[in-house]
Amino acid sequence: MTPSATTKTRHRIGLTQELIVFVVAVLLFVCFSVALNGFLSPENILNLIRNVAMLGMLSLGMAVVVIGRGVDLSLVAVMAVSLTLSIVLANQGYAFSTALALGLTFAIAVAVVMGFLIAYVEIPAIFATLAVSAIVYGLGRGVIASLDVNNIPDNLHWFLFLGRGALLGIPMPIWLFAICSAALYLFLRKTGLGRFTYGIGDNISTARITGIPVRPIIILQYVISSTMAFLAGCATAASVASMNMRMVNSTLIYDVLLVVILGGIGLTGGRGGVRNILVGTVLIGLLLNGMTILNISYTVQNLLKSTVLLFALVIDAFLNPRDEQTSQQGDI
Amino acid sequence: MMILKYAAAALTAAIISTGCATAQEGMADALRQPTLDSLAGKKVVFVPMSMSFDLPEGWAAIMEKEAKRLGYTIDIRDANWSTDTGTRALTQAITEKPDIIVVQNFDVASYARTLKKAEDSGIKVVQVNMKSSYQTDAFVGADWYGIGQYAANRMIEKCGKASGKSGKIAIIQGPATAAASVYQLNAITETLKGHDDIKIVSSQTGDWDQSKAHGIAQTVIQQNPDLCGIIGFWDVMDAGTGAAIQESGKDIYLITSGGGNKTACQGVQNGTFNEVISYDVEGQGRDLNNTIKVLLQSKEPAGSLKFALYTPNKFITKDTMSANSCWDLDQLKK
Repeated sequence: MTPSATTKTRHRIGLTQELIVFVVAVLLFVCFSVALNGFLSPENILNLIRNVAMLGMLSLGMAVVVIGRGVDLSLVAVMAVSLTLSIVLANQGYAFSTALALGLTFAIAVAVVMGFLIAYVEIPAIFATLAVSAIVYGLGRGVIASLDVNNIPDNLHWFLFLGRGALLGIPMPIWLFAICSAALYLFLRKTGLGRFTYGIGDNISTARITGIPVRPIIILQYVISSTMAFLAGCATAASVASMNMRMVNSTLIYDVLLVVILGGIGLTGGRGGVRNILVGTVLIGLLLNGMTILNISYTVQNLLKSTVLLFALVIDAFLNPRDEQTSQQGDI
Repeated sequence: MMILKYAAAALTAAIISTGCATAQEGMADALRQPTLDSLAGKKVVFVPMSMSFDLPEGWAAIMEKEAKRLGYTIDIRDANWSTDTGTRALTQAITEKPDIIVVQNFDVASYARTLKKAEDSGIKVVQVNMKSSYQTDAFVGADWYGIGQYAANRMIEKCGKASGKSGKIAIIQGPATAAASVYQLNAITETLKGHDDIKIVSSQTGDWDQSKAHGIAQTVIQQNPDLCGIIGFWDVMDAGTGAAIQESGKDIYLITSGGGNKTACQGVQNGTFNEVISYDVEGQGRDLNNTIKVLLQSKEPAGSLKFALYTPNKFITKDTMSANSCWDLDQLKK
């Protein structure tokens, strides 16, 4: 098939990866609804989204960076350590709001340093963020706290409400996820800075020649992703009343990348948006929820999850073969 | 007659005074110095799963205190939640030839060969709390079977036919191959045999992580609105399970186990847990110290003594809890 023919087919069917994942999600949804008792209940659907809200919020942060043709592997470390810092400070007697503000300041400071290394020192994002992730985790384990699990002080009902409460029958983590999604949607689609992010991701040289302040905007992207990490951390800490730094050693960061890639935000940058993240997150949520109801063992769950993801990627590779642009720029 | 009396008195006085003289100088304890000599200058290497949670921190604090007192050294090599790092630390330790290696296994298989190698090269190996399938010189730690058996019996009591409840229970395990999971699960299965009134509706691994346990518990409770009880395998992880139960507003009996850190008592106090089976890290620390001292004094070569010290459990509920039910890491370190 010639490249032009491929393009034609794609336009005719309009099968983007996002759509494929959406179809897979719908299929799964239908299967689970038919096969599993109680799956279709409103409580379960809310539960399903609630359990992936944190993953979704992290993925939103990652999406902004990936659209700008970067990657942020420090998300999980920043999330765990900034919240741990807040909790440790609160346990030392600081007011919790002050402690949270200091935690957020820490997250933003890390992002600025990281953004500087990437934008000005021109270290590839994958290495810079990996190194910063290790430094942040080291700080967390070595300097900030000696234990990985730190419990928030008692009687912080307003904070726990963010994780455990509900407004209009919808759990707070879902509200947080929704607000973050809406805010990022507006940022990416309606503001100049958001459009510049696409420009930088698409072609950094053109963006620079056009007069876009490329370097400061790159720093801004990392500040946004770290802020999202902090908010995701708040939702997590509030629901289990503690923060666990061991999360940094888990495969969570890969799950975040999977949501982003699976949702159809190419690592080549300049493409995709908030909708892709929603679709990717819902697919993962469906899988996790259905498999937990089916009482499938953890190892088999991982196997099935990976298989579905691979399946979606294979279909995508068939329907959307690599084009001229990707072969020139390459993936990450 | 008079003379005889005086003589007897003099004799008695003489005997008493000699006796006093002996008592004033005391008796040398012939065992003490050799014992102290056999401990001083020895080297112990401790390879915990990670020096970042209550159990290893507690053991290390207690072992270090005793080592300092008796003049042997404790070196801590942190495996930092990775069997690879742990295996490397063990291999490195074997080349350094310490007298004893104290190890906390991640699972029943990963370290088995390395531990055998350590024993073959003449190093005595103590396993703490989490056993490997390979039995080394000593095991000091929780009686997982006993804990599982107790938890299952409590479920029969709280949720079985006699209670008038649904009999539905869920289990939130640790990683599937960890000693804590395999032995406890075996005990629960064995105990529940023949108890058809108890039904396990879900048995999933929370992977020692609160968020994961939280998510699983939420889904299971939502799916089984008449769930009666949950057996969790570690209190730190089950803080998440307890949070999910509290959110649901349901009356679900949560029984879990842990080292008895003060967070366990706080959890019982604030209603996160109904019951915690504590394997008492303070007691385990003392058992560890005694095991180390026995092995250092023993002339037997590595691998010849095979013994186990299972920790007696403490059961902490709101009714049984007292001021010294739990321990505080900061206090232990002092």
